[in-house]
Amino acid sequence: MKRAAAVKRRHVLAAAGGLAAVAAGLGRPAIAAMKTFRVGVLGVMSGPDAAWGLHNKFCAIATANMYNAVGGFEIGGEKYGIEVSAMDDQLDPKIAVAGAEKLTQEDGLRYVIGPNVDTTALSIKPVMERNKAIYIPYAFNKTLYTPPAENAILGMIASYEAGPIIYEYLIKTRGIKTIAFLAANEPDPLNQQQAGVAAAEKLGLDVLVKDATYQASATDFFPVVSPIVKKKPDLLVLSGVAPATAPLLIKAARELGYKGLLSTETAQDIKILTEGAGKYAEGFISVGGASTPEIRSAYMESFVKEYAKAAGQWDDEAGTKVYALEMVLHTIAKAGPQAIDDTSVYKAAIDSFTMPNPFLKSASTLQYVGQAYFGQKRQIGVPMVVNEVKDGSFQTLFVGSVA
Amino acid sequence: MAQILIDGSVLSASYALIALGITLIFSIMRLLNFAHGELFMIGAFMVYYVYGAWHLPFVLGLLIAALVPALIGACFEKFLFRRVMRVATREENSMLLAVGTAILLDNVALFLFGEEQHGVPETISGVLQIAGGFLPYQRLVVVVMSLALIALLLGFVQFSRPGRAMRALAQDRDAALLMGVDVDRTSMLGFAIGAGLAGLAGGLLVTIQGVNAGIGVDISIKAFIMIMIGGAGVVSGALLGALVLGFAESIGYSALPGSETYLLIFVALVLFLIIRPQGIMGHPWG
Repeated sequence: MKRAAAVKRRHVLAAAGGLAAVAAGLGRPAIAAMKTFRVGVLGVMSGPDAAWGLHNKFCAIATANMYNAVGGFEIGGEKYGIEVSAMDDQLDPKIAVAGAEKLTQEDGLRYVIGPNVDTTALSIKPVMERNKAIYIPYAFNKTLYTPPAENAILGMIASYEAGPIIYEYLIKTRGIKTIAFLAANEPDPLNQQQAGVAAAEKLGLDVLVKDATYQASATDFFPVVSPIVKKKPDLLVLSGVAPATAPLLIKAARELGYKGLLSTETAQDIKILTEGAGKYAEGFISVGGASTPEIRSAYMESFVKEYAKAAGQWDDEAGTKVYALEMVLHTIAKAGPQAIDDTSVYKAAIDSFTMPNPFLKSASTLQYVGQAYFGQKRQIGVPMVVNEVKDGSFQTLFVGSVA
Repeated sequence: MAQILIDGSVLSASYALIALGITLIFSIMRLLNFAHGELFMIGAFMVYYVYGAWHLPFVLGLLIAALVPALIGACFEKFLFRRVMRVATREENSMLLAVGTAILLDNVALFLFGEEQHGVPETISGVLQIAGGFLPYQRLVVVVMSLALIALLLGFVQFSRPGRAMRALAQDRDAALLMGVDVDRTSMLGFAIGAGLAGLAGGLLVTIQGVNAGIGVDISIKAFIMIMIGGAGVVSGALLGALVLGFAESIGYSALPGSETYLLIFVALVLFLIIRPQGIMGHPWG
């Protein structure tokens, strides 16, 4: 019943095709005559969690297309076309390692966006370090970013960073006093559940349920949610919930008469939420990106259109993934063209790097953070946008940040 | 307690449809249909498109959810399994073919429907409160329709001419052939009905669970568990298996906060199979 096993079997054919199609070379048209900078994307692009990796891929493609359309990205006074090589790791550590080796060893790429979860990110760590490649996981395991590790840069806000900020906000504004946690029985959600429980206890919240889990393959959540809602927590946290599962859990909780708040520290997709949970999605709180219309800059609007062209439609969860390639490119531009092949030059530029955040309407700065959690700057300092579903769409509840 | 009974009843009723389909195919063809979950998924997608995306009547969606998988099942039987079962000298050939059809459908579904999770609007809203337990009307609809479909199937198998032919085939294929039963046609019909039931179950449950292209495998595994408990190829066994699994989940999740429920279900299943490998009702069709 393990989802990873299920996904593996489901995609035997897809895997064969995927391996053959690595280095698809998207975004070529305008770059034939100029130098090329190639970036890899490695993540889950099939199965129930596919949205996470596909968002990485399409965000990178959208960024590449935008720069290619204006003649390339300037590094050291010379224009570079951007080429994206994407590979599906199927959420399988073995396939992730094969993908990392293909991208960094065979193809010689030095910058890879992804993977999406701890298991796959940890599995490729030795490969990336051996090949001196920088990678930007969307996984929260601290050992990836803490010395002596120095090649991984967390691409988003970690759940253990978002949790305390969201709970504190809800204590102050909604007066929550009790909390319960529910997670899928998989490494990432369980880690996020534990981190959430610790943060809630530190904030003085009464944790009514701290270890409730469900099978990742579960489809009917009534029996899972019933015993939790019976305890009537003020806030029910769906730790690390996958976009496909969130609406089912929300719907089950509401149909069981749950009146409290529901939240998660992972990013979600409004279309999936509203289609699956309908009116019950109202009030659901999740971490988002620079996607809500009220905070988007004109550049972000263009990005959304470019993304929709590449992926077929814009997806709110993708708003958390818009920063990675932009940060890589601008850091290289600051470090100089040597950083294209020599990541030690890139790493040396991290500490002092800043740039204006092009995705937000209000003036803000993008930089590397993470000193507080990892002892070094190995996290993209994306703004922590917390959204709430209102009238069938995401509305920004507040924008926070991490040190 | 009321909630446990409600949850167990809803789960059992919906599982019964799934188990009946797979047991019907097994009884007639001695074939474990690995693609059963995928046929369920296709049925769910049919309702998603017809009712959810195109806003046509739900009943029409259900009809198509039954017909499309039934057609696929009939084609599988006629063009794939019939030949393989005729020429193959080893039983595992048909089993491997069944696995192949599951992988084929998975990948076709990925290609056609994409990866996203989809849901449909409720056909009826509101929640019924019974003795402190909650039963959404949508779930009540699923239970009632499942029971009606089960009754219809049992009636068909028991009293109709093709149904009797299917029972004869399940009891003794050679004898049925000697008695003039059109074995090929009856096998195809049985496969189509089994596949159609899987599609119907998917079409009904999409209102509760939604659908994505990856749900097939897990549904198949649940179907296997149910027929292992009840006994493969026995209608009453399939129903019993559904009842046991539905209530095991409901009671387990209520009593244990973690994922120990399925661990215990699997441990109990292994122990049970050591004692009674043929399942509770483990006899041929009858």
